[in-house]
Amino acid sequence: MSTGSVEVVYRGIFQKTLAKNICRGIVFAARKEGKIGTAFGRYGDSPERNGIPAKQFAVVSDTEEELEEHLAKYEPVNNDVTIAADDALCKGIESWAWYGLQPINKLLGDGGTLLVTSIQSPNKLIKTIHRKGTPYNLAIVKAQASFSGLWAYKDDHTDVRLLGALAKVAPHIVSLDAMLEAIRDQWNDDLKVAAAKRAYEATESTPVGVDQGNDEVPFSFDLPGWTKMEEGLVIRGMDAKPQDVPGRDGGYVPTRNEVFKKFSTRTMRPVINFDTCTKCTLCWLNCPDTCFDITPDGFYDANMEACCGCGVCEAVCPVKDCVTMVNEEAFEDNDSQWEMWTKDKEGYLAWLTKNITERPARSHGYHHVGQYAEEIADGTA
Amino acid sequence: MAPPDTATAAKTIELPGGSGDEREELISGSEAIAHACRLADVDVITAYPIRPYDTVMQYVSQMISNGDFDCEFIVAESEHSQFEIVKHASAVGARVFCGSSGVGWFYAFEALAVTAGLRIPMVAMVGNRALDDPGAFGVEHNDALAVRDLGWMLAWVATAQEALDTALIAYRVAEDPRIFLPCAISCDGAFLTHSQAIVKVPSKEMVDSFLPPYDRGEKQLHPDNPITIAPQVNEDWLMEMRQQNDKAMRRAREVIIEAYDDFEAKFGRGGEPFIERYMMDDAEIVLVGMGTLALPVKVAVRKMRGQGKKVGFLRVRWFRPFPTIELQDALSGVQAVGVIDRDYGFGSPFHSGVLANELRSALYPVENPPKVVSFIAGLGGREVSIDNVVEIAGMTYDAANDSLDDQDTHWIGVRE
Ligand code: SF4
Ligand code: SF4
Repeated sequence: MSTGSVEVVYRGIFQKTLAKNICRGIVFAARKEGKIGTAFGRYGDSPERNGIPAKQFAVVSDTEEELEEHLAKYEPVNNDVTIAADDALCKGIESWAWYGLQPINKLLGDGGTLLVTSIQSPNKLIKTIHRKGTPYNLAIVKAQASFSGLWAYKDDHTDVRLLGALAKVAPHIVSLDAMLEAIRDQWNDDLKVAAAKRAYEATESTPVGVDQGNDEVPFSFDLPGWTKMEEGLVIRGMDAKPQDVPGRDGGYVPTRNEVFKKFSTRTMRPVINFDTCTKCTLCWLNCPDTCFDITPDGFYDANMEACCGCGVCEAVCPVKDCVTMVNEEAFEDNDSQWEMWTKDKEGYLAWLTKNITERPARSHGYHHVGQYAEEIADGTA
Repeated sequence: MAPPDTATAAKTIELPGGSGDEREELISGSEAIAHACRLADVDVITAYPIRPYDTVMQYVSQMISNGDFDCEFIVAESEHSQFEIVKHASAVGARVFCGSSGVGWFYAFEALAVTAGLRIPMVAMVGNRALDDPGAFGVEHNDALAVRDLGWMLAWVATAQEALDTALIAYRVAEDPRIFLPCAISCDGAFLTHSQAIVKVPSKEMVDSFLPPYDRGEKQLHPDNPITIAPQVNEDWLMEMRQQNDKAMRRAREVIIEAYDDFEAKFGRGGEPFIERYMMDDAEIVLVGMGTLALPVKVAVRKMRGQGKKVGFLRVRWFRPFPTIELQDALSGVQAVGVIDRDYGFGSPFHSGVLANELRSALYPVENPPKVVSFIAGLGGREVSIDNVVEIAGMTYDAANDSLDDQDTHWIGVRE
């Protein structure tokens, strides 16, 4: 008698079909072994918006009664495996469904495995993940985050690679044989079967101890009862008195929500070349989230706690290569770029140049036949 | 503001406890509601034409153009916008009035459904009308009844005088900070909206002594009071919010009683707040209904009383909050109750009308409850004749004597 559950955290819209394919793949594979299962999305995450973290789950049991017992609660809380389909999600996730930043490993059970698609090293990734009170494992499927649209699914085998890796890290949920059989049934494609097998063989787990990772304590919040809540669904505004910019006449520092940061929505962030910036104000004017802080010397510093990564500032900046969107996974913190630049202009330029020139492309599916084989050959797949 | 000049000769009436003049005018139920808006000094009124509610618009716009009334009068492009506009105006602190009829009320439903949750004390008039298609202008109560479970207070009035008085009471109750819930006053299409009667129209001073200004306090949406109203809440907050609505509706009962007491003191009329009892004292059977049905029923009751039949009539004035206590008090000890619904409840328990089933539920805990027989009559504005009422009373007696199945619903005045 046993039940296994898998949580898939993904980017709303961009990875909805991917998450669905993974969850359905798990249930189909478990069925091959005579188990029964279900796959479902966490309703509270809807409506899915561009890049907003969302969740789907797959639960498989030996018997129908066992499955029902597991499903008779809102969502599985002690998952055997949590899959993050974009490694930027490891920094924590915010959604419509809860308050504050939720650690990516929050719903992972003791000794479970966090399975991530990433081209980063485990050690680098662990640093971005909130500490968990119990040990767990980190397994990486070497791949860039696979993004597509709501209606178009660009098949880069990320689904079957994660499924193959899952069979490796959680054989008690589903065996490799059953998984490969299910993949063959579902897709009728030898290449997909081979991709799953390859991911199974390549996936290694790294144990993560209780003292490893980001030691920031995530925001917690007590929900008030009806006697405490203000009637009429009234929510008081924050004390939003704009502060003067220190050392500068004019401009202001906007008040920002301490709790709702939005940055987990981001898959890319702007990096700014203050040496070429003409202080034209366009980024500051156009940023939909009022992210730009005016600096004492009149520059515009994108606040990385607030930025949702929409790319508008890059689009409106009139100076060539002054604002460049770079993959979020390249960064470990949300520190001020302007402060970095002010302290060490040369060092900043080197950092900026490296980020801009070495930024990996985001995969939106294969562009040409044979790309997968090429990626295997160059070690990126 | 001075009362408007009208063609009707006005006369001053001495009133017990009255603090000013009242003038008698010959006006319809709709015009009475328009006067209530003027007297309550409503700030924002929105309109979109639909019969029979549109008559209120006509009177309001006439008052404005005559210089008797000053308010923002916005003709919206649909009922949906109409109700949305006043909802928002109320949130910023304006006293508002709105209304509609039949499918117009339904077209506004998205706005109606959230008004109570946002604790907007909107007062609305429903000119009750059948839900067409097929086209029908006449009265049915299913339009207003559709909001019965959503936090709206609902009153049904029988006369133009009651329409005016109830509208003033509605503002006082709805805007009471203990309540902050919307209130709809149902006026039967044609029978009330288009029938003129002598109505005592109070002076502005009298109304001012009864109705304090609308003060939304800390809930007022204003740049100096930065708040968000109704953000996305999901399952984490919604149940607590509904619980608050429930508590507010429970409190409404006492606030309504207070308002009627004060109205009685200031205007010398008002009556029992929730129900009207007519020849109930020794009644063996009682007929129950709402709105202008009272007229033929009272005439029929008097006629039957003349023949020695102990028949009474109970008119439900407030449907939400439902007068459970008053109905239990008035109807326990009665042999049988005949409920005349000017609405339908297809597929409901016993296929009965809405009022009949609510009443059955209210009487459930009563010891030896009366039999409750459901009658559907007067749909689409069809006449409920005195003969119909006599027939209904006869069948209610039959139920009392066990010769008629009280768990069936009887359609009266329908061709076979
Ligand atoms: S990407 Fe640029 S425009 Fe968009 S939220 Fe971030 S700072 Fe603002
Ligand atoms: S848009 Fe570009 S040039 Fe203009 S202020 Fe922003 S970063 Fe500087």
